Amino acid sequence: MTSVTSVTGGADYVRLVEVSKRFGDFVAVDRVSLDIARGEIFCLLGASGSGKTTLLRMLAGFETPSSGRVMLDGQDLTQVPPYRRPLNMMFQSYALFPHMDVAHNVAFGLEQERLGRDEIRRRVGEILEVVRMGELRARRPHQLSGGQRQRVALARALVKRPKLLLLDEPLAALDRKLREHTQFELINVQQQLGVTFVVVTHDQEEAMTLATRIGVMNHGALVQVGSAREIYERPATRFVADFIGSVNLLQGQIQERSASGLVLRCAELPAPLLVERCAGVSTQESLWIALRPEQISLSRTAPEQPHNWAHGVVREVAYRGDVSVLLVRLGSGRELRVTLTNAARGDAPVPARDEAVYLSWRSDAAVAGAA
Amino acid sequence: MSAQTPHAPHAPQVPQVPQVPPARASRALVAGVPMLWLSVFFLIPLVIVLKISLSEARLAMPPYTPLVEWVRGQGASLHAHLDNYRLLFSDPLYADSLLYSLRVAAGSTVCCLLLGYPMALAIARAVPERRHLLLMAIILPFWTSFLLRVYAWIGLLQDDGVINHVLLALHLTHRPLRMVNTTFAVYLGIVYSYLPFMVLPLYANLEKHDAALLEAAADLGARPWQRFRRITLPLSVPGIIAGVLLVFIPAVGEFVIPSLLGPASQLMIGRVISTEFFENRDWPVASALALLLLALLLAPILILQRYRGRELSA
Repeated sequence: MTSVTSVTGGADYVRLVEVSKRFGDFVAVDRVSLDIARGEIFCLLGASGSGKTTLLRMLAGFETPSSGRVMLDGQDLTQVPPYRRPLNMMFQSYALFPHMDVAHNVAFGLEQERLGRDEIRRRVGEILEVVRMGELRARRPHQLSGGQRQRVALARALVKRPKLLLLDEPLAALDRKLREHTQFELINVQQQLGVTFVVVTHDQEEAMTLATRIGVMNHGALVQVGSAREIYERPATRFVADFIGSVNLLQGQIQERSASGLVLRCAELPAPLLVERCAGVSTQESLWIALRPEQISLSRTAPEQPHNWAHGVVREVAYRGDVSVLLVRLGSGRELRVTLTNAARGDAPVPARDEAVYLSWRSDAAVAGAA
Repeated sequence: MSAQTPHAPHAPQVPQVPQVPPARASRALVAGVPMLWLSVFFLIPLVIVLKISLSEARLAMPPYTPLVEWVRGQGASLHAHLDNYRLLFSDPLYADSLLYSLRVAAGSTVCCLLLGYPMALAIARAVPERRHLLLMAIILPFWTSFLLRVYAWIGLLQDDGVINHVLLALHLTHRPLRMVNTTFAVYLGIVYSYLPFMVLPLYANLEKHDAALLEAAADLGARPWQRFRRITLPLSVPGIIAGVLLVFIPAVGEFVIPSLLGPASQLMIGRVISTEFFENRDWPVASALALLLLALLLAPILILQRYRGRELSA
């Protein structure tokens, strides 16, 4: 017997309990359990086909879970049709009604609630001010730019004061410049109105900018949940390490366990690795080691440390303004990616192509886990 | 969010390439061929009919007086009469049959819409593999001769026809129902024959609707019926207009169905025109009647075209 009521506003404002969705033999979502707190911006991050959109659609009510439960603010929504759920969704295509102007699009949801004419007009006006679309209220959707449509869609979803707002790839249809700007606007609106957001995206930069927490999905399963920093710096699996940001992935075996961490042997590196951070390592099995390019430093003289170094020859240098990206080929033939920050002009010059360099990193830089 | 984005999202900058003659020539060809077709097969015959409608009937070949007569030494003299049109308005036969035709056509169009809309919607919402099959089922009757299908209805509807046999056998009636040669049979024949012309344009419209719009409406609190009323129905208005025109216009002038299935006492306008032409050999009156009918039918088309134009530009 489970009690239907629970404490509202806690860490379990939105609860997914062992939610699965199968389409025939295909498992789109595989036993996902997740709690989201009130006021969070939670991002579901994953490649296409990872099940993130199906999970969002189950929250919205467009798909019924094959098993498991969906709860919001203590209410079991699993069998509630979409039109009775106290949440709203912003669609990837925005799905604005082409035969209605901006004001009528936004008013649609309020009219379904049978609110009074004056009340509707007031609330539509308010929300259009929030998204700064008040002046274009008489326009039809096809007369708006992509960014303007996005704001109308946001207003239409927010005007009903939902307990939860679902956003499906909210910025995917915008060009790069506008997208960056809109990310911060979204955060702004969210903080102004205090609505809980669940955002689906395949864009990790977008997820990291927006989210208070990120859930990484792969093959229908939620593989890691954490802040952007946690996911980037302490990936729980090889998939997460590889998926988020750029990374050098190595294979290694445990040589020794010491007080300061694991000493690993990697065939492609001349020196052993000392790794402080491990994700669920128990036996001497084969481990993956993730080393971020920006954690590696380069020097022309040999580092004075027994662990965590290598030497090689610079193969490529790409100047990208804020950073330079180098490919360094080690003696073993393996190439490692190294990012150097171009902090100030006149810094020690970036090593040139074909120059021999030493690579080194701190023992808290790399992360290892069971393969 | 900034309001400084008044420009269109992705206005493609078309490079200003000087117009090359071949493109213009091919464009002229593309527009020219249908124009030529329409002139030869529509405009010129129309002018001929107009000419005949202004002349007088006579027992000769052709059976009407020439409009322009060349008299040696005096030049041309015009002999235009409006008597034919005057007759149309003075003899109640024409007004009667015209009103009857409009009533039958309007009633059949409404029946076609009420039957055809759910069919078109069901096909549009069916899984893609099923759609072709269902569309085929709509189109398939066209593969049989139209005349043959109308004759088949006589067999079904007549006093000792299939339907009456079944009704009698089931003791639903103790006397055969009189169905053939009634207005009911005309309605039935027209609705049956013209239903595909309603379903196909409606399907073409409904099939294009973005399913996300209905999901958005559901998400905003609209139940199924409200989603239909507020989203699907208004967005399908162009399809409804196309279907209504395709059924209504030919139904008004329908000749075969009322001749075979309809009552002998009440004539539809198509039948009257045919009688004037072939039985009375009064080509001028028949022409005038045909033109009057055309003018009457043109009015609703033009009104609807304007409505559609406004919809598009709004």
